Amino acid sequence: MKIVIVDESPVRSLILQEGLREAGFTQVERIGETHNLLKRIYAIDPDVILIDLENPSRDTLEQMFQVSRAVRRPVAMFVDQSDTASIQASVDAGVSAYIVDGLKKERIKSILDLCISRFNAFCKLQDDLERAKSDLEDRKTIDRAKGILMAAKKLSEEDAYKMMRGAAMRENKKIVEIARSVITAAEMFK
Amino acid sequence: MTSGAPVRIGFIPLVDAAALLIAVDKGFAQAEGLAVELIREVSWANVRDKLAIGRFDAAHLLAPMAVASNLGLNHVRVPLVAPVNLAMNGNAIAVSTALYAELAAEGPTAHPADSARALAGIVARRKAQGLEPLTFGMTFPFSMHNYQLRYWMAEGGVDPDEDLRLIALPPPYMVENLARGQLDGFCVGAPWSSVAVDLGVGVILHFGCEILARAPEKVLALREAALSGDPHLAAALIRAIAQSAAYIDDPQHHDEVSHILARPEYVGVDAKVIRRVLTGQLRLNAQNEERENADYLIIGAEGAMRPDPRQAEWIYAQMLRWGQTRYSPAMADLAKAAWRPDLFDAAFGAAAAGRDIGAFAGPVFDGRYADYLARFAIGRRI
Repeated sequence: MKIVIVDESPVRSLILQEGLREAGFTQVERIGETHNLLKRIYAIDPDVILIDLENPSRDTLEQMFQVSRAVRRPVAMFVDQSDTASIQASVDAGVSAYIVDGLKKERIKSILDLCISRFNAFCKLQDDLERAKSDLEDRKTIDRAKGILMAAKKLSEEDAYKMMRGAAMRENKKIVEIARSVITAAEMFK
Repeated sequence: MTSGAPVRIGFIPLVDAAALLIAVDKGFAQAEGLAVELIREVSWANVRDKLAIGRFDAAHLLAPMAVASNLGLNHVRVPLVAPVNLAMNGNAIAVSTALYAELAAEGPTAHPADSARALAGIVARRKAQGLEPLTFGMTFPFSMHNYQLRYWMAEGGVDPDEDLRLIALPPPYMVENLARGQLDGFCVGAPWSSVAVDLGVGVILHFGCEILARAPEKVLALREAALSGDPHLAAALIRAIAQSAAYIDDPQHHDEVSHILARPEYVGVDAKVIRRVLTGQLRLNAQNEERENADYLIIGAEGAMRPDPRQAEWIYAQMLRWGQTRYSPAMADLAKAAWRPDLFDAAFGAAAAGRDIGAFAGPVFDGRYADYLARFAIGRRI
């Protein structure tokens, strides 16, 4: 079975490609950019096309499939080919599938389930990365504010931190918010 | 209705979603007891799918897409209802500056009959010279843009399926494709033609209302099954949207409405451009020529919001003309059944039926499909 992945994200499609290979689907190709999309799809002649829902090419693809004179016209997958829960889960994960006729329902479901888990895994990966990034930013901000307090009030590092933590607790704010206020105030007093 | 999960409504960034967006932003929906979450989408296929599986409770939808969904064309059949029109018209046909120069060299282009003939001349010449056919963009096979473009060019003798290429693109992507030379022209909803003019890459050739005087453009669509689940939902939405439309139509509010719609979470283009759309006064080209037509985009005026089943029949007739489906009396009834003036009247009070769709040329459609379709020289009935 030939599968095409239309996805602008190279990392996400790699994760998906790997998963499909592990599951025994060896003929998997990715189309990253949308230029000449239809020509490339017809050259591969896939049984299944997987496309991320943020990709604006969905409307273009559907229209091209409609007017195409090719025999194997892929159609958007829907409840007659899979169960409602799988379809909902795939939409929530951000992936949609087009399939040509004649594929067994169970095979489609296994591909779709794989897509869902890999798309969700990618999403979590991105969230973790975002969180790690913002944690690092917060730590930098707090360190800068600590330095300002230490210099201005002749405090030890520990006392500077305690001072901010106390303010945060009193005002029901996060330490990083207090740190930002300290930095803003210090810049105004320059 | 205020308790529980919010009502999730999907939309595509277009000025013709104004009645929906303003209903939420200005609190008309809240006043009806609705907590609405608006979700901006990137493709019509996404809007359709999320509505079909219940991830959206309602959606800003291409009127022909609602008919297609009711008929199950190219997709599983999902019965939808359209209890309120969101807009009539609002589209424009724009062409690249290069194609405009070619058209103008052929002769006058102000009337669509003339410009269509000019297009036919260019198409014939390109064919004789062995050049690539022209490519025009529209938003979806089941869209008024597709039917407007086809109607217009076919009147000039251009067969849209044989003589040039039509491709579907989401509205915000039209302009860059025109700029990159992937498109020679397009028909799209506001404000995207104006954006092309402002960037100097396109010229507005015709307002949609010059092709069809009063074309049903967007509806608010709900799943038929959702009506029985919450019988008050449709009524509350109709009232909120009708009040919002009256608010938008008041010229005193055009500034405020333009600024709201300009926000990135809604349409995300300059408020000045949106204001021109609301007043129907558009810049046509880089030379700052303007054209004004109060019908450019109709939101609530003259009973436009009341769904008229004749609109769905007219759409079905276009689907037949262009070979998107076959005729059957049962399909004709299904097409009509999506349009629900009864729901509108129950929620808002009966309004008089509006003007007919009215094309610039060609036969008048009176519900007799065979007679109507037989009078077009170009089409691909199956």
